[in-house]
Amino acid sequence: MNVFDRAYDDPVRVLDEDGTVVGDVPDLDEAELVGIYRDMRLARHFDGRAVSLQRQGRMGTYPPLSGQEGAQVGSATALAETDWIVPSYREHGAAFVHGLPPERTLLYWMGHGDGARPPDDVNVFPIAVPIASQVPHAVGAAWASKLRGEDDVVVCYFGDGATSEGDFHEACNVAGVFDTPTVLFCNNNQWAISVPRERQTRSATLAGKAEAYGFDGVQVDGMDPLAVYAVTEAAVEKARDPPEDRLRPTLVEAVQYRFGAHTTADDPTVYRDDDEVERWRRKDPIPRLERYLRDEGVLDDDRVDAIDAEVEERVADAIEAAESASRPEPRALFEHAYAELPPELEAQYAELTALREERGDAAFLGE
Amino acid sequence: MSDTQNLTLVQAVRDGLHGELRADDDVVVMGQDVGKNGGVFRATEGLYDEFGGDRVVDTPLAESAIVGCAVGMAAMGMRPVPEIQFSGFMYPGYDQIVSHMARFRARSRGRFTLPMTLRAPYGGGIRAPEHHSESKEAFYAHEAGLKVVIPSTPYDTKGLLAASIRDPDPVIFLEPKLIYRAFREEVPAEPYTVPIGEAATRREGDDVAVFTYGAMTRPTLEAAETLAEEGIDCEVLDLRTVSPLDREAIVDAFERTGRAAIVHEAPRTAGLAAEIAAILQEEALLYQEAPIERITGFDVPYPLYALEDYYLPSATRIEEGIKEAAEFEP
Repeated sequence: MNVFDRAYDDPVRVLDEDGTVVGDVPDLDEAELVGIYRDMRLARHFDGRAVSLQRQGRMGTYPPLSGQEGAQVGSATALAETDWIVPSYREHGAAFVHGLPPERTLLYWMGHGDGARPPDDVNVFPIAVPIASQVPHAVGAAWASKLRGEDDVVVCYFGDGATSEGDFHEACNVAGVFDTPTVLFCNNNQWAISVPRERQTRSATLAGKAEAYGFDGVQVDGMDPLAVYAVTEAAVEKARDPPEDRLRPTLVEAVQYRFGAHTTADDPTVYRDDDEVERWRRKDPIPRLERYLRDEGVLDDDRVDAIDAEVEERVADAIEAAESASRPEPRALFEHAYAELPPELEAQYAELTALREERGDAAFLGE
Repeated sequence: MSDTQNLTLVQAVRDGLHGELRADDDVVVMGQDVGKNGGVFRATEGLYDEFGGDRVVDTPLAESAIVGCAVGMAAMGMRPVPEIQFSGFMYPGYDQIVSHMARFRARSRGRFTLPMTLRAPYGGGIRAPEHHSESKEAFYAHEAGLKVVIPSTPYDTKGLLAASIRDPDPVIFLEPKLIYRAFREEVPAEPYTVPIGEAATRREGDDVAVFTYGAMTRPTLEAAETLAEEGIDCEVLDLRTVSPLDREAIVDAFERTGRAAIVHEAPRTAGLAAEIAAILQEEALLYQEAPIERITGFDVPYPLYALEDYYLPSATRIEEGIKEAAEFEP
């Protein structure tokens, strides 16, 4: 059955909570399946280490993704390298799949501006912190692809809270009107800081909001990486090469849960019950896929151990690289403000430089 | 002597809201995470439990709706106190602020007034992510029809917040989050007001008048003490309201010193310092003995936190700037 021809509240599923097949397994070879598993493990391990770095004062505020690896990795795996990701601020795992080096993500949350610059050959937009503000960008980027006769698809990530913002609705409307090749991927993790999904909207589903804009909306079990892959692959294909009776855009609602806090500055025990967290933990995407892959004979203890070692090494290397980056030069405050620095800014920089020479950096840094 | 409590600035916000919620059923607090969570900075802690979800309202994540609905409530005579979680997230609500909040009274020739107070934490120095550290008070000061209040002490915070909520006109109330918990002060337990539009003299001196507000008040006072040891005696004025400015106090301090420095963490171009310098030109030109110094953030996007200490005026930068004003010889 076409994934788009189903009720909005009938999520696409492939594996149940125990890793048993309950839907159509997407056509992925062994290496691709193991890749999804490995990338979820990478995202989970990265996340744990990042939270720990923050706790130790080695990093600033950080938004954890734990629980959301299935949606991030499943969706990003369905993209061609030439497609684009337009993230919010929590999609570290999706960005890694698409080629962003993890040390960039660490640098960003360590307050280092270089972390906000994706490498030139990685099609990922910079992190967008203001909620839903990136959704119009994704529609515009996809529109550019269409206007130029290219076939790149743009996947935009945002959360359940973002669907309350005007930017989301305006962007969806434009995507429909101009039939842009955009996949609007909603990571519905149930909580916008302390405000639950049902407080954001009376709509029965977020997927169903697509109805108002005239394109497809589909709900998927966001903690089932194979289901997410299948839905995203179908949405990307439709965006690139739509059948006559359908528009290119798709609103995907990936139903999932953030196991941890909104950010390391947040304490979720104030607003939600442990029971609820436990219920969702049983849907954890990682053991679920692992059980399926073990049952299929694709994974065994040796391969899992090898993946453990690989993931740990990659994250350790990324931390070392990020922490060995020196403090950015104060020149970096100024140098990217414009293509050419205006004389007034040169003067302000000169003022700062003169004062540093006279009083030393300690006078600024309170050291 | 009446009862007092020893409060931090953010506790004074909470205490101020509590007093107004208790005194007036038309007061409603609304915003993201202000209810059950008690606010991301705990500025509304316990208010949801005491006053219920109809008066301390967790809204959907929609700043334009938060501000715009508050406009509608206020037009009907209520006194809404919307919160935007960080001032860097006010922009989806900006259309409502400038197109309606600031203009409803003028547009309707006084038929409708908007007794609403839009609160937001602002300012840098807390190693926060992007968009969590800006100081954009000049946007709002530029907008006729708004008052813009920025307290720097717990006592003023409670009193100015009450004055803002009771004011017949809309107020933008910016809270310097860097000093939310920096120090405590004795604050009367009962509600009281501190008048909007009046500056406070934080230090008396005859050599240079230094104008500042918000979180910059503390490093400015620190710089003033250092300079006092070098024989430069600063008068430090905490503006407390940046729109309308206390022109009388500003001009008076300048006339007594003939020299001025203005400190704010917002960028320099078209910032409040430019307005204050212009007032001094208009009102007290013949008293002027030195160029007026502006010690401000640079005209660049607020950096990620690894560089924010270079961006923000430190006590050292403030000290050097004041010295320029003090030592200038024509």
